[in-house]
Amino acid sequence: MTHVLALIDLSPSGEISNTAPGLLAAAAALGTPVAVTVTAPGVGSVLGGQLGALGAEIVFAAESEQLGSVLIAPQIEALAAAVAAYPSSAILVSNTSDGRDIAGRLAVRLNAGLVIDAVAVRQADDSSILATHSVFGGAYIVESTVTGGLAVVTVRPGAIDDRATPATATVATATISVDAARFAAIDSIADTAVESSRPELRDASIIVSGGRGLGSKENFVLVEQLADALGAAVGASRAAVDAGYIAQTAQVGQTGITVSPNLYIALGISGAIQHRAGMQTAKTIVAINKDADAPIFDVADFGIVGDVFKVVPQLIDAINARAK
Amino acid sequence: MKIVVLMKQVPDTWGERTLDVTTGLSDRAATDAVIDEIGERALEVALTHRDAVKGTEVVVVSMGPASVTAALRKGLSMGADSAIHVLDDGLVGADAWLTSKVLAAVVARSGADVVVAGNESTDGRGGVVPAMIAEHLGLPHLSFLNDVTLTPGEVSGSRSTDTGTLQAHAALPAVISITEGLPEARFPNFKGIMTAKKKPLEVLSLADLGLAAASTVAGNGRSVVVSTVQRPARTAGTKTIDEGNAGVELAEFLVAGRLI
Ligand SMILES: Cc1cc2nc3c(=O)[nH]c(=O)nc-3n(C[C@H](O)[C@H](O)[C@H](O)COP(=O)(O)OP(=O)(O)OC[C@H]3O[C@@H](n4cnc5c(N)ncnc54)[C@H](O)[C@@H]3O)c2cc1C
Repeated sequence: MTHVLALIDLSPSGEISNTAPGLLAAAAALGTPVAVTVTAPGVGSVLGGQLGALGAEIVFAAESEQLGSVLIAPQIEALAAAVAAYPSSAILVSNTSDGRDIAGRLAVRLNAGLVIDAVAVRQADDSSILATHSVFGGAYIVESTVTGGLAVVTVRPGAIDDRATPATATVATATISVDAARFAAIDSIADTAVESSRPELRDASIIVSGGRGLGSKENFVLVEQLADALGAAVGASRAAVDAGYIAQTAQVGQTGITVSPNLYIALGISGAIQHRAGMQTAKTIVAINKDADAPIFDVADFGIVGDVFKVVPQLIDAINARAK
Repeated sequence: MKIVVLMKQVPDTWGERTLDVTTGLSDRAATDAVIDEIGERALEVALTHRDAVKGTEVVVVSMGPASVTAALRKGLSMGADSAIHVLDDGLVGADAWLTSKVLAAVVARSGADVVVAGNESTDGRGGVVPAMIAEHLGLPHLSFLNDVTLTPGEVSGSRSTDTGTLQAHAALPAVISITEGLPEARFPNFKGIMTAKKKPLEVLSLADLGLAAASTVAGNGRSVVVSTVQRPARTAGTKTIDEGNAGVELAEFLVAGRLI
C-alpha cells in the first residue's frame, strides 16, 4: 500500500486540532497514513502517541525555527520533505485558509493534481482516488479524481466522521528551513479562539442562527440563550455579521461556513439564496420569522410565523421545564 | 505602483445555479453572469489606494469566455485604467492549476507590483488560485486579508486563521487576496461609464502569453470531474402562525422528532 500524508493542524500552543481524526481516517482509507506535524524545535516527537491513537502509522515530525515567523512555508517544506521520504499517492490537508494556501503552493511546486474541498474520499477499483464534493450549497454531488501522479487534496473540516483504527506510530523527526524571501512574514499572532463551552459551528449537531431580525447586538443574546439551552453552536446571517451583532466566523452561507447539522434553527433570517446555500443540507430546519412570505419557509420542516422575542423565550422555558 | 486586480465572472448567486450533469461544468447559459462580488471588493481596494496615492495604475484582468468583456468594461467604468481579457478555447473547463498558470503569465507580463484577488469565488469556492499564482512566480503571497495596507515596498494586513487572527507583511511584488471584511465596491458613475469606452481592453490568447496549448501547460495531475448528481430540492414542511403557543408547539415538535 502506498503512503498517504495528512498535515495535522496544530494550535499555536501545539495542541492537535479536532480536524486530525477525520484527516487521518481519510488517509487510512487511501493508504498507510503518515501524520505530518510542524512544530518548534525539540517538541515534535511528543505527539506520536496521540497521533498513533488516531490512526497514524508513521509520524513525520518536522521541526522549524521559522514556524510562527514565516507564513505557511514551514508546512509546505515539511510536506515536500515528507513526500520525498515516504513516496505517497496523496497529501491531505484541511480546507482552511492556511490549508488551502499550503495545498495550492505545494501542488504547483510538486506539479501535482489539486482536489479542493472534499467531503469524502475513497479509492476506486483501479486504485485512483475519488473525492466527493458538495457543490452550490449541496445542490449537486460531484465526484472528481486526479489523472496521473500525486494528488493534493483539501478536506472540509467536520465533513468526515469516520475514525481510523488506532496504531502504534513510528516517529521520524526532520529539521526544516525555508527561503523566507519567497513568503510573507508573520508580525504577531492573536489566538482569539475564546474558550467556549459551545460546540464548534462546523461540526455541531445543533445550530441556532440569528439574522438581522434580532435588531441589535444586545438582542442577539437571545440566539445564544437558545443555543445554550440546546447545547448548540451559534451561527448568523451575513446581515447580522455586517451589523456587528456577532463575529464573521459565525457566518453561515455562500461566503461563510457551510454546515450540515442534524437541526438548524433560523431566527429572524429571511432565507436569502446565499444563506440557504450554507445550510440547506441540514437534516431538519426550523424557522421563526414574522414575515409569512420569507423564503426561509420554503426549506423549513417546521416554520413559525411569529415574533422571535415572543416565541423563543417560550421555547427556552419549555426546554428548561422538560430538562427538570 | 501598478496594481493588477483579478476578477472572475461567475453565475449570479441570486439565481438558481446549475451544473451540466454530463460535463460537471457550470451551466453558464442558465444564469446571468456577473463579476463575483469579492472581485469587485478587490478592485475597490486598488481604487481606494489610487485615490490616495498619485501615480497608481490599476489593471483589471479576467480569464473566461467572450461574455467576460462586459465584466471588464464594468471594472473600467468603476475606475480601472485598463483591462486584459484572456480568451482561448483551450481554457474551457480549466482547473485551478491551469488557471493559475495562465494568470501568472499575465502577471509576469504586466510587471505588477501587487496582485489583488478575492479570497474565493462564489462558484468554485476553491480559494487557491492566488497562492498558486504566487508559487508559479516565486513571489510571496498574503491571502484571506481582512484589511490591507499598501506602502511603496510592502503590503501588510491581518488574516483570519482557524484559531484567531494574525498580522503579516510581505515585500513587493506580492500577491494578496481579500475577504468580504473589506468594503463593498463603489458604483460606476456616468463619467466612469463614458470614459470606460475609450480605455484599453486587450484580448490575449495562450499563444500571446507564450504558453503552449492548454493540455501541455496543465500540471502532471489534472483534476477531472467523474460524475455529477443533482440532489432533490428540499420541500417546505408545516408552517404555523403563532397564536401565543408556538414556542411550546416547537418544543413538542423537537421532542417528538428526537431532535433534542
Ligand atoms: C455574493 C454574496 C454572498 C453572500 N453570502 C452570504 C452568506 O454567506 N450568508 C448570508 O447569510 N448571507 C449572504 N449574503 C447576503 C444575503 O443576500 C442576505 O442579504 C442576507 O442573508 C440577509 O440576512 P438576514 O436574513 O439576516 O436579513 P434580512 O434579509 O433583512 O432578513 C431579516 C428577517 O428578519 C425578520 N424579522 C425581523 N424582525 C423579526 C422578529 N422580531 N421576529 C421574527 N422575524 C423577524 C424579517 O421578516 C426578515 O425576514 C450574500 C450576498 C451576496 C451578494
